[in-house]
Amino acid sequence: MWSWVGHRITGVVIFFFLLVHVLDTSLVRVSPEAYTAVIGAYKNPLMALGETALVAAIIFHAFNGLRVIAVDFWKKGAKYQRQMLWVVLALWLVVFAGFAIRHLSLALGGH
Amino acid sequence: MTAIQSPRSGKIAPQYKRSGGSKGNFEMLAWLFMRLSGVVLVVLIFGHLFVNLLVGEGIHAIDFGFVAGKWADPFWQFWDLAMLWLAMLHGTNGVRTIINDYAEKDSTRFWLKVVLYAASAVIVILGTLVIFTFNPCPVVDGVQLPGGFCPAP
Repeated sequence: MWSWVGHRITGVVIFFFLLVHVLDTSLVRVSPEAYTAVIGAYKNPLMALGETALVAAIIFHAFNGLRVIAVDFWKKGAKYQRQMLWVVLALWLVVFAGFAIRHLSLALGGH
Repeated sequence: MTAIQSPRSGKIAPQYKRSGGSKGNFEMLAWLFMRLSGVVLVVLIFGHLFVNLLVGEGIHAIDFGFVAGKWADPFWQFWDLAMLWLAMLHGTNGVRTIINDYAEKDSTRFWLKVVLYAASAVIVILGTLVIFTFNPCPVVDGVQLPGGFCPAP
């Protein structure tokens, strides 16, 4: 049940970011300076934390989505759904830790 | 001995049918699309995040030139186009489901979905146009815009 709630919340968060992300990328069509100025807004410590939180949501949504697919299409999916949730959370932790360490050290460490 | 009759599929009385018929199997196709697009999106988005944020100097490398360099290659144009369309359709259908679940008034549901579909259409069309009309060397009124990638005269 909580995985279902988490899937919905992360899904909505990712969707709204996607709308903004297409808009900011579209500025490449306005002028190189407009794009570089707006993308510069992503390059500060607060946004680095926001990006990291967003990627946390994406990784959960991705792995839990694959679990939903396994529950729906794999013969034993429903039987092992609980174990698969633990696998999702373990994979989430590993992949997220890897991303966070790399991204935050790049984003906060300067050049 | 009485044999159990096989289900009379195809002859279900109209009041017991689950769908009105007019919607066809749209909901089933939407359900299937969520799963198929989901698998593809995992690959596309993980690849996108890896190449843009984790390789080289990561986010510091992202500027106009970075985008120009990627979209000079049809491979990344197609990658980003597929990501745009699949993610927008996947997300729009997800939010549609959530609106159907939580907005109880008919008119509220209707108008929320109108706003959702309008916003999604604008974003998909805008994104598609940007990918295909992108110019690494933008020129306005005969003057090259600063920051572009223009061939030496």
